[in-house]
Amino acid sequence: MVDILQSIIPPALFFSAPLIFTALGGVFSERSGVVNIGLEGLMVMGAFVGIVFNLTFADVFGDWTPWLSIIVAMVVSAIFSIIHAVASVSFRADQVVSGVAINFLALGLGVFLTKQWYDKGQTDMVTKPFYTMDIPLLSKVPVIGDIFFQGIYLTSYLAIILAFVAWYVLHKTPFGLRLRAVGEHPAAADTNGINVYKMRYIAVIISGAMGGLGGSVFALTIALNFSHATIVGQGFMSLAAVIFGKWHPLGAMGAALFFGFAQSLSVISAGVPFLEDVPQVFLLIAPYVLTILALAGFVGRSEAPKANGVPYIKGSR
Amino acid sequence: MKNRKFLLLFALLLTLGMVLAACGSSGDDETKGNDSKSEDDASSEGASDFSAAMVTDVGGVDDKSFNQSAWEGLKAWGKEHDLTKGNGFDYAQSDDKSQYMPNLTRLVKQKYNLIFGIGFKLKEDITKVSKQYPDTHFAIVDDVVEQPNVASVTFKEHQGSFLVGVAAAKKTKSNKVGFVGGVDSPLINKFESGFIAGVKSVNPDIEVEVQYAESFGAADKGKLIASNMYNNGIDVIYHASGATGNGVFAQAKDIKQNNPDQDVWVIGVDRDQYAEGQIDDYNVTLTSMVKRVDIAVQDLANKSMNGEFPGGEILEYGLEDEAVSVAMTNKEAMTDDIVKAVEEWKEKIVNGEVEVPKTREETDAFLKAL
Repeated sequence: MVDILQSIIPPALFFSAPLIFTALGGVFSERSGVVNIGLEGLMVMGAFVGIVFNLTFADVFGDWTPWLSIIVAMVVSAIFSIIHAVASVSFRADQVVSGVAINFLALGLGVFLTKQWYDKGQTDMVTKPFYTMDIPLLSKVPVIGDIFFQGIYLTSYLAIILAFVAWYVLHKTPFGLRLRAVGEHPAAADTNGINVYKMRYIAVIISGAMGGLGGSVFALTIALNFSHATIVGQGFMSLAAVIFGKWHPLGAMGAALFFGFAQSLSVISAGVPFLEDVPQVFLLIAPYVLTILALAGFVGRSEAPKANGVPYIKGSR
Repeated sequence: MKNRKFLLLFALLLTLGMVLAACGSSGDDETKGNDSKSEDDASSEGASDFSAAMVTDVGGVDDKSFNQSAWEGLKAWGKEHDLTKGNGFDYAQSDDKSQYMPNLTRLVKQKYNLIFGIGFKLKEDITKVSKQYPDTHFAIVDDVVEQPNVASVTFKEHQGSFLVGVAAAKKTKSNKVGFVGGVDSPLINKFESGFIAGVKSVNPDIEVEVQYAESFGAADKGKLIASNMYNNGIDVIYHASGATGNGVFAQAKDIKQNNPDQDVWVIGVDRDQYAEGQIDDYNVTLTSMVKRVDIAVQDLANKSMNGEFPGGEILEYGLEDEAVSVAMTNKEAMTDDIVKAVEEWKEKIVNGEVEVPKTREETDAFLKAL
């Protein structure tokens, strides 16, 4: 049993980490009332910047390169997401349309710049990606150490820690309360002296940073290079995780982990005794069936923030 | 009031003017376009009146794989006949499957004599377009289109896969090897069948685990599969899965980084993936099953240039044409012992002593006969 868990959980964790980061970004944005379909594009931006920075500065920063890469990717994606904020908050454009535009723009820009800078459609593989490691001391703990602390990316822990940080910020601080108020009833929040536009800008920029983090972590742990096929649908899976997780940071994390677990299970089950005889088709569709079942049966109705997707116009009722 | 009427009139006039201007300029453009084209015809295609172009599938001409190889072949062909890109040969990039048709039609309209569709994904569109333009010659790589003006270029991937199977069997210490496929389809089954046959020919006791990711672009899925396989003691993985294989390389390199003494190997596909396997002083790429699409493209372009276009035929490029081969770049990993074994089996295949299976049924029969 320990063996099986040991072969399911570490892969599930590396699969989920990018989704968790991005989903947390989605939670911030949507909790403030801005729908963010652009998560996919923000991830693409993050992956692109992360890879380019890593390739360019690997010689300069040595082993610190991947960490610096994800920070730079966060910053650039955060700046990039301002486009979405300006369009959907200041200009009150349709948030879905603006998000879709972000998706197109990021992919186009990424592929175009790769062509310009490297003169080919995909970059070389990075020389300084993230590597898994055993956590000292903790990996020696029997059972738990084998499953949770051996051969795992530090970024996976970072994702889980950030989910708790996000929960604390959103639900235990005045800032979080204001942010949620803006997403539920912006007019009431405005009456109470909260600057709705400012809060929404901050939320969208946070989602940009988190999306960039997710994309760059995906690129530096799994794909190792950037091409048009690096980020294909992970952003939308994160969006699904946001909804699946009922717009709650820990829920979103749980949903992302669930996706990773289901995918990992579908791959691993070929070697697991009691699942061996199941035809491969069923194992391949298992993650999606499990998701539908979970959504329909166990999670119950998930309700979006009231003002989600509605631009706020000062003075209107 | 007067002002408004004036404005209206002005706007109308402006619109009319613009419409007229637009008509005029477009006419100009057209004639200009024709002029420049005919100039091109005179200058460049005067030397050799033959031109060839290709439409990529979604990979693009620098996918480090299939499309790139085809493009290199076309470039080599162009160089052979002193042609330059745009004058004599060219490519059209498809970023999405909806672009195959427009790209093909555009190249037909630009009067290319021979148009390659790179990859089995273009099968339907090549079929359609070849019916619409029966005077243009088409070629499809990696699939078969039965039309009198289409030549189908296929490869004996099973032969190359057989040889990398031999290499894997010689290299494995755990007697367990793995195969990661892109999409479970007749094409990828050829790789699988050849690989299994090659492994078992060397040592029938070696186990081969086969898994399909059901996608050519899911690096995360590839990494999951590879991580599971290496965990189960498999030490050589052959991937035939395009970008999904990135994940296989990522996993192998990660294991190597943590434990340089552990034996993990990846066998690349389509082109030499040596560079992908490099990690510090090690390289996890044992070898690659190289499909020389370039040789096939160049060969076919030359044939049709000489008026020997094999329309309606299925061309099979194999070991005997050097169109499939085994990469020997990783000299440390490919010991003399392995190289010798590969050469021996290659000879047996080329002179027909061994018939490599192409399908799962044939593999079963082959294994029974061992």
